[in-house]
This record gives sequence, C-alpha cells and structure tokens, in this order.
Amino acid sequence: MFPELNSILNSTPDSFKSSDFILVSDRRADASFLIHHHLSFYLRAGCKVCFLGLVQSFSHYSAVGQRLGVSLAQAREKGQLVFLEGLKNSIGVILQEDTSQETQPLSYLRTPGAGLEGLFRFVESSVRQSGDGDAGESWGPPVLLIDDLSVLLSLGVSVGAILDFTLYCKATVCSELQGNMVILVRCEEEDADDDEEGSNLLQRGLVHQCNLALHVEGLPTGYCRDIHGQMEVWWRQEGETICNRRKIFHFKVHDKGASFFARGTSSAVL
Amino acid sequence: MAAPVRGMAGSPSIGNTTSFQKKTRSKLVSIPGTRPSVQNGQLLVSSGVSSLDYVIGGGLAVGTLLLVEEDCYDSYSRMLLKYFLAEGVVCGHELFLASARDHPDEIMQELPSPIVDDVAGMKISEGQSQPSDPENPDTMKIAWRYQNQPRVQTALASSVRFGHYYDVSKTMEPELRQAAKCHSFYQLQETPVTTGSSPLPSPYHALLKSIQTVIRKEGFDGSTPQVGSECPRLGLHSLGSVLWGDDVCCKVNPAHCHALTTFLYALRGLLRTSLSVAMVTVPSHLIQNRAIMGRIIRLSDTAIALESFRGSEKETNPLYKDYHGLLHVCQLPRLNCLSSEVPDTKDLAFKLKRKQFTIESSLRAPAPAFIFRPASQPASALSPQNTPSTHPTALRVYSYGTSPNPNEQRGVKTPPRLLTSAVSGL
Repeated sequence: MFPELNSILNSTPDSFKSSDFILVSDRRADASFLIHHHLSFYLRAGCKVCFLGLVQSFSHYSAVGQRLGVSLAQAREKGQLVFLEGLKNSIGVILQEDTSQETQPLSYLRTPGAGLEGLFRFVESSVRQSGDGDAGESWGPPVLLIDDLSVLLSLGVSVGAILDFTLYCKATVCSELQGNMVILVRCEEEDADDDEEGSNLLQRGLVHQCNLALHVEGLPTGYCRDIHGQMEVWWRQEGETICNRRKIFHFKVHDKGASFFARGTSSAVL
Repeated sequence: MAAPVRGMAGSPSIGNTTSFQKKTRSKLVSIPGTRPSVQNGQLLVSSGVSSLDYVIGGGLAVGTLLLVEEDCYDSYSRMLLKYFLAEGVVCGHELFLASARDHPDEIMQELPSPIVDDVAGMKISEGQSQPSDPENPDTMKIAWRYQNQPRVQTALASSVRFGHYYDVSKTMEPELRQAAKCHSFYQLQETPVTTGSSPLPSPYHALLKSIQTVIRKEGFDGSTPQVGSECPRLGLHSLGSVLWGDDVCCKVNPAHCHALTTFLYALRGLLRTSLSVAMVTVPSHLIQNRAIMGRIIRLSDTAIALESFRGSEKETNPLYKDYHGLLHVCQLPRLNCLSSEVPDTKDLAFKLKRKQFTIESSLRAPAPAFIFRPASQPASALSPQNTPSTHPTALRVYSYGTSPNPNEQRGVKTPPRLLTSAVSGL
C-alpha cells in the first residue's frame, strides 16, 4: 500500500468507494507495482480477494506483500485470499496431462477459441463464498484482482471473449455484490500494426467499461534513472456522476513502496 | 559447560546454565556456480560473460528465462549461447540443448575453452594435499604458514567460482565436455507426433514434453532431494525460425501466431517450478509483426537484443570503430520485489575479444560541441560553421543520448521527430 497513492486517489483501507472498476494499464513500462499496491490495500481493508495470478507465482506476490506489510500465506489460510496459480499449473494443462476438475479455470489453455467461461465460473464461486470458515468471519465486499489480462491474448484468446469475461465479472462483482475490480492490461506501442486482435483494442474496450484508469508509461523525454515513469490518473465515473478528470504524476519505485510527485518536482531535479 | 549446539527453534535443555543458544546455519545446499544476489536475495547463475552478468543485475536468476534477440547473422547470439553452455560445463550443471538448424553436438564441440589460472595444467580429479618434502634440497621452500595447504588448485570441473573467462580461439577439451551431462533435442531428427487438440503445434509440443521429461527424470522439480548438479541450463537456439515449423518469421499475420508465445508462457511456468535457467535466442529481425515481438519480450524475464555492425553502415562510423555491435537491454525482471534493476545507461556496445566479451557504454566522455578537422587540412581546427557533410572523415559529435538513429534507443523511446530537431540544433 502506497500512502501517496492513497492520498491521490482519496481512498484509505477504512473508507473506499465500492462497485469500483479500476483499470491499470501500461505501455512499454511495468505497472505491476500498482497491482501489489491494490492487493495489500484490499487485504488490509479486510475484503475477500480473488486474485488471478496469470503471470507470476504465488511466492513472488507473497514476497512483495511481506515488504508491504501483508502476509498472503496467512490470508490464504484464513480464506480471505483465493489465489489462482495460473503460471505454474499451465504446463500440465498445455501438455494435456492434467484433465482434472481443478484445472477447469485454465480451460482456455486447452481450447483458446472457446472463451473464458471456466475462468468466470471460478471467479464467481470464489467471490460468492461468504463466511463458511470455522471462525465464521465475514469479510468485506469481494474484490477481483487480475494480474495481466493481456497475457490471454498471447495464449490465443480473442479480444471479444476477454471483453465478454470482464463484462460478466463486472456485472457479478461490481453491480451485484457491490465489490471492486482491479485489472492490469499491458499494451504495445500505439502505432503498431493495427490488427484487430491487438492489446490496444482490448485496452480501449476496458477503459470504456471502467471507473478509474491508471495508465503507466515511460517519460516522453527519454530514459531517466531517478524517475521511473509517469502515471496518468483518469477519473471517469464516480458512482453515478461522470467527471472525466485527468492528472499526470511522476513516480519512482523503491524497495518498499513507490513515491509519486507532481511533474517536475522529483528530488533529482530540485 | 558449553552450550550445546542446536537450532533456534529448539527448547533449552534442563541442565543448561546459560540461555545462550548457538544458531546453526540453515541447511542450504550451496550449488556450485551460483551466488545470492545483493539486491533481492535471489540465487543467481552466471551467463558465462561477466560483463553481461553485470548489465543484467549480477547474473541470471534461477528459475528465469533470458531472451536474446539475435543479430542479423546469428554470430554473436550463437557465441552467447556457447558461453552460457560452457559456463554450465565448467560449473558442473546439466545441460539441455535444443536446436533446429545445427545438430546440438556440433554446437557442443564449438564451446570455448575456459582460461585456467593453474599453468601446470588442469586435473580432472580433486587435488590432494601433499605434505612438503623437507629432505629434498631442490624443492623450494614455501612459507611455513602455507605448508599444509593443498598444493594443487581444486579441479575446474567442480569450480565454485562465479563467472569464468573463456578463450574463443580454442575449443573446450573433449574430456571436460564429456564430463558434463548434456541432453539434446534436435528438431530434424524428431519424429512428428500428431498432438491432437493441443494448442501447441507439434515441434514446440515435443520440445516442451522433452524438457519436462528431463526435469522430472533428474528430479530438478524437487520431487527427489538431490545434491550435486542442480540447476540445469536450457539452451534453445533460434526459436521461432521456420525450421521449428513456425511461420511467425515469414508472415505478417502468421497462422500459428500464438505458438511461440504459448510455448514461452509454458516454459516460464516450468522454469518457475524447477531450479533451472533457460536462454532462448529468437531471430527477431525476421519477425515483422512488432506486436508479437512485444509479447515475446513481455513473456520472458530478462530480454536483451544484439545488433551487430557487420554489413551495416555503422561499420564505418568512427564513433563505433572499437566495437562489434550494440547491445540493448529491453527488459529486466522484477523478481520477488517491487523494483527492478535500473541500468546506468542504455547505450551499450559490445566487442568480442579473444579472451573476453566486453560490454561497455558506447558513449565516451562528453565531447566538445564543435567539429575537429583532420590534421592535413590547413584551416583552423575550430570551424563550427562548416557543414559536416563536406568532410567525410569529420567526426560527428552527438550530445548525450540524441543519436539520430531512433532504433538505437529501445525501451523508453522519444518520438523520432524530437530527435532530428535536436540534432539539427547542434
């Protein structure tokens, strides 16, 4: 959890907007630090988190989470966190050895053309479980976190299928259960070959669906050691009102967090 | 009474007078040829080239994938692959080599020979400790402090050093090479198997299956506790080329556009579950679809690109006369931590010397912003008004980071329009 980002977005673990769809995207940069921020944020807030980790292993997230002050292993044991180990289980599915029921969510690896229904069923069952643990603890509103939806494009799933999946998730998680969704999408360059199955198309479709868009890019003036990039915050819709406000911040990622500052106010410059 | 040696978790015995408990070291099996990273504690292996290790943050982390974008003639990327495999032989790691064009045995025979410090020649077996011979007056006396140390350097085959140097003019001794276990996969000799409804086409499917079989059989995925030669190195040569049955290099919209990306995704998953390192070379200059190339880079952990000067106009550019090519670091991984390695400079050039593959910054000390004429010219040395194009041997001086070739600066890019205006403003 990054305190500066909380103040920018005006949210704390104690009070944050519900039914929020936050889209995190990047272009030729790495915005995964924002996913770690949201993961620790919602775990601290006591929400039930369903995390689809499609590009990294659980130990990676738990190692970073420890530096940010949350224990993912504990959260998983208590039932607060449901983690889909997408990367490590993929090899069994691709080599067609593992055809058990547990790999149903990863059915898109077997038949990419068939869509993401298996994955949606997994998400639905995870977010609908409420307080069936022995302790009877009831968690807060459900949160769906997806690390890297655009990797599905590399695996052969079509843009239409992915957008259908996000619509289903939004209807279930945000509208029905008053929960939040945070999705990471990684894009290519804007002037790439304009094929229909591109990640740019996916990103545009998701920006249209979302409430808040955080877009991370490199600096337009070139590479800098001290400023790792710029982040554009686009407030699109707050509840029922459409605000359409944009602001750009520069950021630098440290070992234990990230600092955000207004353009031109980096400590390296001042 | 001395405190008994026990771990931190143990409870003190009743007869213990002190509460002091000696901390035993955790049972970390140290694998030869690896060292922990200073940044994030990851276990690193050397890529065979010390300067490349420095550029990518100390070495290759175990369980990650290094992608090398080949240069036009595949000369330097093949050299990097050979360094990688030679380092594996020297450190005693197992090797897995897959290629479609040259037989893996040919590549293995071309491995460079390691440079050893011991001039008496290297021994295969461990050197024994020999007591000094006081009766023989011809033996040289060594200081008494060192008399009982083993006289012979420990064998190269079980070297624990991190990173070695190689002499490319000599090939590795066959004995040393055969001491290492090497599994190979030669695409042209594999019988094509109908894979049915697999998302991966046949050559990649067979290759993945073969890698998984090797990892399972040798127990690298933790199924059997094994000491000794862990950390297998996988070298995959020229993936994506047509010899692998993939048309991503020939067409802008290939029929199997997801084959290579799915393979890399599955390979990375396999690497994460086992203690192995992989180096994959891809002929990126043939892949016309930049979106696919972007995805391939995203799917690997560390990505570098080699651009050799041979045959290009840069070969005669005096700025690059000391180097053989440029090296671009396209991506550095974030492993178990928020931040990744941030390189000092992105303008790196490499040179293959006989005993070393050097990588250094291609920019020299800041040069003055005027143009020097060659000494044969009678005119004065300072002539900023003269257009550089009239003197073909005049040195073109560029200020930091604004070289006019937009392809040189990968990663964070400035739009080409800004670059040309900056150069003309000089």
